[in-house]
Amino acid sequence: MSDEKRLVLQATDVSIVFGGLCAVSEFSCELREGELIGLIGPNGAGKTTLFNMFSGIYTPTSGQISFWDRNDDVHIINKMNPAQLNKLGIARTFQNIRLFGNLSVSDNVRIALHNLRTVAPADVLLRTPRFRRDEKMMTEKAQELLQLFKIDNKRNELAKNLPYGEQRKLEIVRALASNPKLLLLDEPAAGMNPQETEELMNMIGFIRKEFHLTILLIEHDMKLVMGICERIMVLDYGRIIASGKPEEIKSNPQVIKAYLGSEAV
Amino acid sequence: MLIPGVCAVIAVIVPSVLIHFSVIDAYTAQILTLSGINAIMALSVNIICGITGQLSLGQAGFMAIGAYSTILLTANAHLPLAVSIILAGFVTAFFGFLIGFPTLKLEGDYLAIVTLGFGEIIRVVLVNMKKWTGGPNGKQFPTILTLNPAVAYLVIIGTLALLIILVQNFVRSTYGRAVLAVREDEIAANSTGISVFRYKMLGFVIASFVAGIGGALYAPFIGFVKPEQASFTKSIDYLIFVVFGGMGSTTGSVIAAFVLTYLQEFLRFLQNYRLLIYPVILILVMIFRPQGFLGMKEFSFVNTFDRIASRISHKKTEATEEPNV
Repeated sequence: MSDEKRLVLQATDVSIVFGGLCAVSEFSCELREGELIGLIGPNGAGKTTLFNMFSGIYTPTSGQISFWDRNDDVHIINKMNPAQLNKLGIARTFQNIRLFGNLSVSDNVRIALHNLRTVAPADVLLRTPRFRRDEKMMTEKAQELLQLFKIDNKRNELAKNLPYGEQRKLEIVRALASNPKLLLLDEPAAGMNPQETEELMNMIGFIRKEFHLTILLIEHDMKLVMGICERIMVLDYGRIIASGKPEEIKSNPQVIKAYLGSEAV
Repeated sequence: MLIPGVCAVIAVIVPSVLIHFSVIDAYTAQILTLSGINAIMALSVNIICGITGQLSLGQAGFMAIGAYSTILLTANAHLPLAVSIILAGFVTAFFGFLIGFPTLKLEGDYLAIVTLGFGEIIRVVLVNMKKWTGGPNGKQFPTILTLNPAVAYLVIIGTLALLIILVQNFVRSTYGRAVLAVREDEIAANSTGISVFRYKMLGFVIASFVAGIGGALYAPFIGFVKPEQASFTKSIDYLIFVVFGGMGSTTGSVIAAFVLTYLQEFLRFLQNYRLLIYPVILILVMIFRPQGFLGMKEFSFVNTFDRIASRISHKKTEATEEPNV
């Protein structure tokens, strides 16, 4: 069954070189519809670099990344910029939270909805009924999303004034607002306590079911990764050293050596 | 929407009538109207620096383009003054578009340096194109706005009010929010589907348009314009209004433009020492309120009224609740 699921993203022999440093070399993977995949590896292994290539911030030096959009048309996304990729259906969060701090929580989400805009500049300047309808639609949509994640009571607060955990949450909501097909989460549990991590785990499971999307997750919290991912890829020095089910990864000697440390055996 | 609209109409029409019947003397009228032009320039600087988040040091250059365009369109192309003022705005916006293309890919300090250079280029071009611009001596341009202070006030403050409304409508829309997102975090905005370059350009072009209108009103109002209008020091003057009022606050910038323009006149009795007072005030603002008087907030009649009303009713409920405790 899982083999028949349609491809969402396929990377073949992707490498990127900064100066003399090969941050990711000959990386290949396939992400299929509805999968929840974990990407782990020691610091500096190239995980975030990989994310930056998948989301258009970096252009790979060689190799090819293909992405199947919402209509299942395939695009080669190597040279596309983040805005184009977002329109195709890739959304992401950042390791160090990047919210629009001086804007309200609701505005943060409404900004991500801006591709739904139907109004022309003249409507905006003259506040026509069409503009009001558009605005109302976006505000309601943002409200729905915020309600779903129980932060709608803070919609008028500035994003920078939210507690840390809720900032992380808001970033995920913002990513979801652009209606992605593939969601890239860069260390969503960083800086969270065990209870918050637990909540986050449930939330990621919920998102996957509710929004029917593919999630690729970078995480250092092993409990979280092992607990929810059905497939894990391990990166070390820019190369995949192992890939498979959580149990296989746990017992893979190479992974233990590179990542968990040899004493962990 | 109704209350601010009524306030705007009153602020435009009442003083203009008072000026017409000489209740407000010509000198005060001149200062008020000049403040209006400075406020339009502050509005322009606020769009590019406060809302789009790009430091531009060349707004006076755009203003000069607007000023000279109006003169050329009226005197050489024989267009009616009102038409050439609006056209001058579009001409300036077009220049903004041209300058924006290579420069908006730059960030922070680089953009500031390029716009600084741009203003100087405009000044030098104006000095040297003697046939069109009158060279360093400038150009006379007496119009009805120069001769009739009541009409000048009506037109200029009216335009200011209209521009404030349009700019606020723009900021509170999907377009405006996208521009604000670019200011807040370019990488995040880009990953949220916002084309950073396009929205920076939008902010830059609108700011150029507003500066062009400012210049287009300045020339017929003063009746004279010279290349120094494009100089760096003028750009800095307009930037100071915004820093003073609060970067990102439209109302703050406009209020600061009025206060500081008036202050310069008010301090005239100090003769040249007034030039010292002005920077001292600026330093004090930077020490005690670095975000400017209003920060990023907007002043609103309606909200202020609501707040006062709610405070009064709150006190009443407190008073009634206390005996129960």
